[in-house]
Amino acid sequence: MTVNETLAQASNAMVYGSMTAFTGAMAAFSISLANGRRLEAIEVSAERASASHQVRMGSTATLDKPAVSTSVSDGQDLGEGRRAGNIGMSLTWLGTLLLGAGIIFRGLSAGRVPIGNMYEFSLAGGFAVGLTYCLLSLTRDLRWLGLFITIPVLLDLGLAITVLYTESAQLVPALNSYWLAIHVTAAVVCLGAFTMGAALSCLYLVAQAAEDRAAAGMEPGRSAAIAQRIPSADRLDLMAYRIHAFMFPIWTFAVIAGAIWAEAAWGRYWGWDPKETWAFITWVIYAAYLHARATAGWRGKKAAYVAIAGYAAILFNYFIVNIFVQGLHSYSGL
Amino acid sequence: MRVALILLFLLALASVPGSIFPQRGTSPLRVSEFLKDNPTTGPILDRFYMFDVFASPWFASIYLLLFISLTGCVLPRALEHYKELRSQPPAAPRNLSRLPVHLEWKSNAATALVISETATAWKKRGWRVRQGEDWLSAEKGYSRETGNLMFHLALLVLLMAVGFGGAVGYRGTVIVREDSGFANNVTQYDTFAPGRIFSADQLPPFSFELKEFAATFQRGGQQNGAPREFRAELLVKDDPKAEPRAVTVEVNHPLRTSGITVYLVGHGYAPQFTIRDASGKVVYEDAAVFLPQDSAFTSSGVVKVPDTVPQLGIQGFFLPTVTNDFSRGPKSVFPAADDPEVYLSAYQGDLGLDSGMPQSVYRLDIKNMKRIGIEELAPGETWTLPNSGGTLEFTGYRQWASFVITKDPGKGWALGAAIASIVGLSLSLLIPRRRAWLRVTAAGDSGSLIEVAGLSKTEAPGLADEILQLAKLVNAPEEK
Ligand code: HEM
Repeated sequence: MTVNETLAQASNAMVYGSMTAFTGAMAAFSISLANGRRLEAIEVSAERASASHQVRMGSTATLDKPAVSTSVSDGQDLGEGRRAGNIGMSLTWLGTLLLGAGIIFRGLSAGRVPIGNMYEFSLAGGFAVGLTYCLLSLTRDLRWLGLFITIPVLLDLGLAITVLYTESAQLVPALNSYWLAIHVTAAVVCLGAFTMGAALSCLYLVAQAAEDRAAAGMEPGRSAAIAQRIPSADRLDLMAYRIHAFMFPIWTFAVIAGAIWAEAAWGRYWGWDPKETWAFITWVIYAAYLHARATAGWRGKKAAYVAIAGYAAILFNYFIVNIFVQGLHSYSGL
Repeated sequence: MRVALILLFLLALASVPGSIFPQRGTSPLRVSEFLKDNPTTGPILDRFYMFDVFASPWFASIYLLLFISLTGCVLPRALEHYKELRSQPPAAPRNLSRLPVHLEWKSNAATALVISETATAWKKRGWRVRQGEDWLSAEKGYSRETGNLMFHLALLVLLMAVGFGGAVGYRGTVIVREDSGFANNVTQYDTFAPGRIFSADQLPPFSFELKEFAATFQRGGQQNGAPREFRAELLVKDDPKAEPRAVTVEVNHPLRTSGITVYLVGHGYAPQFTIRDASGKVVYEDAAVFLPQDSAFTSSGVVKVPDTVPQLGIQGFFLPTVTNDFSRGPKSVFPAADDPEVYLSAYQGDLGLDSGMPQSVYRLDIKNMKRIGIEELAPGETWTLPNSGGTLEFTGYRQWASFVITKDPGKGWALGAAIASIVGLSLSLLIPRRRAWLRVTAAGDSGSLIEVAGLSKTEAPGLADEILQLAKLVNAPEEK
């Protein structure tokens, strides 16, 4: 079976189109963030909890008859930045859909699952980040997060088309398995969601730093400039936890699916290949994050650092191990 | 928990060198190269097991400690949880308005009726309900803890399955040429790595013959020469008396029989030679396995002919597709055998086979040999060896395939434990444990005050909505 060049070219054009849309989204989100502000000043923790949880926690609803509550927004008042935020949101949708179409066309051009080399993984990873963000923003206002999502997506796509680009082609026999679709899709979905988790954990650290300064009666520092425009530290911490907790079983599944595949392809389900070793390290770090969240003295900032370390391990596995370390997983296509 | 946390960090940290330094278990050749290139640091690193990280005592002690800590934590928790599953939820607190989710409204329904009907309705929704005189106390989400215990127990089972499989199983590799066979016997393996308590009579008596090996490669484009398909056609006998059956083994599609698995892991070429001595007697007629040196399958190998005087040794290259450019020595340009040739050097002298030292079949020991000539041959060509060495005919080539053959009886257990761990994890992380209460307080003439409240120890996203749903189930007669 040969590669359909027209479809391959169309795929490339869509990826470029998607990058243009994401660049526009990034600009719009930064304008939105620059003009937005939080209505309340940054408060100290006790008030913070009730302020941000609003109806949900710690208040009594007096009713004639119980009615289903409306859901609470995680968002902040973007003020003047609302319009730009909406434009950013639409462009993010556009960029994500274009990228999805580019991936599908790439697959059609070679007649196979389009996740066979690093260029294709990177496209899929960017798509997963965009889609996670877009889907989550359907039920809550996440415009404040847009800038911190579009930046990693653009970096990822930029690397993909410059350094990692590989022509559309068939697969090597080792990858020719339905486990490719299962294992790699699960891993890529996790990559997308963990990117968002890491962004939230970083923002949490910024917000916490600003709140700690406020609590200590210090002048607002640089962290306050961002912290004013995003949700409270508690809220961010909780959102980061939920994403990580939701993704951890899926990540576990991705690793196990890889082991099942390795059993079929290489004759052993686990062999401490460098790629496997780093998948294991990542898994252990995220497990440590979940433990840290449940261990007195580790909640909060320390746990956030652990989550960020987990993400660093993912990136290390993806870029450093794929490209520079010899192992059985040599399918980067470079 | 803190101990577990520290041990988890240690485990992650301890794995890192295993991905930085080459490991004996996976790439023994790269380890010896590393030791040769780093004569000073190499042995020091070796002393700290840097080339056997995952088999090292310090790695073992970390996971052993984790194992102990895990057992020490899970067993008491399982007991505790078992008791909890058989007891009732605690009584409702006096003041429900302090709870995170709290609703209240006036009603004039009879207290006893509200309590009993609500209890039925909540139970129907899967809540465990305890009934007081004018209150209800309900709890849900026990499977969070069940799942958590299941996950941690599954990890223990997984560790044991890995250890068990490694100890009683084995792993061997073998190269088989087309039209040759393999019988499952320790002596037939090229390399054989048994587990600690493996015994040779566990080898099932199966055998197979490699009828044909086929490889296809990408032609043209950026990935020219990249492999696209490997296929080995086998004739398998599950035991000596069984009827042979045809089986196709491909990458990702191993052969599974009698508890063992046969994987196709590599392939190459075996040029066929017929060698005659000066008198014309055939002294060698076989296909010699040549090992690929690069991705275009420039392959090198040797032929040893001990039955001539002086002994004859051939060293050479097999090129599946030759080029006319010899500036960098003989080199193939494409992995498929489009235009094969061999480049040979012939040696006479003592092969050194009688010295008692084991010799590699892929290397010629030319210490006591003299080169008598070099030649380039296409299939069907014959070379008259100088120095009355006889003749050598390059009659064609066969392909060979290499197989990994393994037995790992712990595999099924490991898979079961892995699946259980995902199920357990999902329950543990996605199901919140939560409590709900109802209290009816007499409020004088205007009937009674109904309060519904909820609490979740773990940050449950939908708690408020869920409590509202429960509140809607409370017998609410003002609708009349
Ligand atoms: C070594 C001994 C271990 C102990 C004493 C231990 C203890 C615990 C405890 C008490 C919890 C409940 C925390 C909660 O309710 O939130 C927990 C949760 C958990 N443990 Fe462990 N654990 C151990 C090992 C491990 C290991 C080796 C892993 C996997 C790498 C692991 C992964 C998890 C996960 C994913 C959770 C769920 C966290 C959550 O519920 O938020 N544990 N562990």
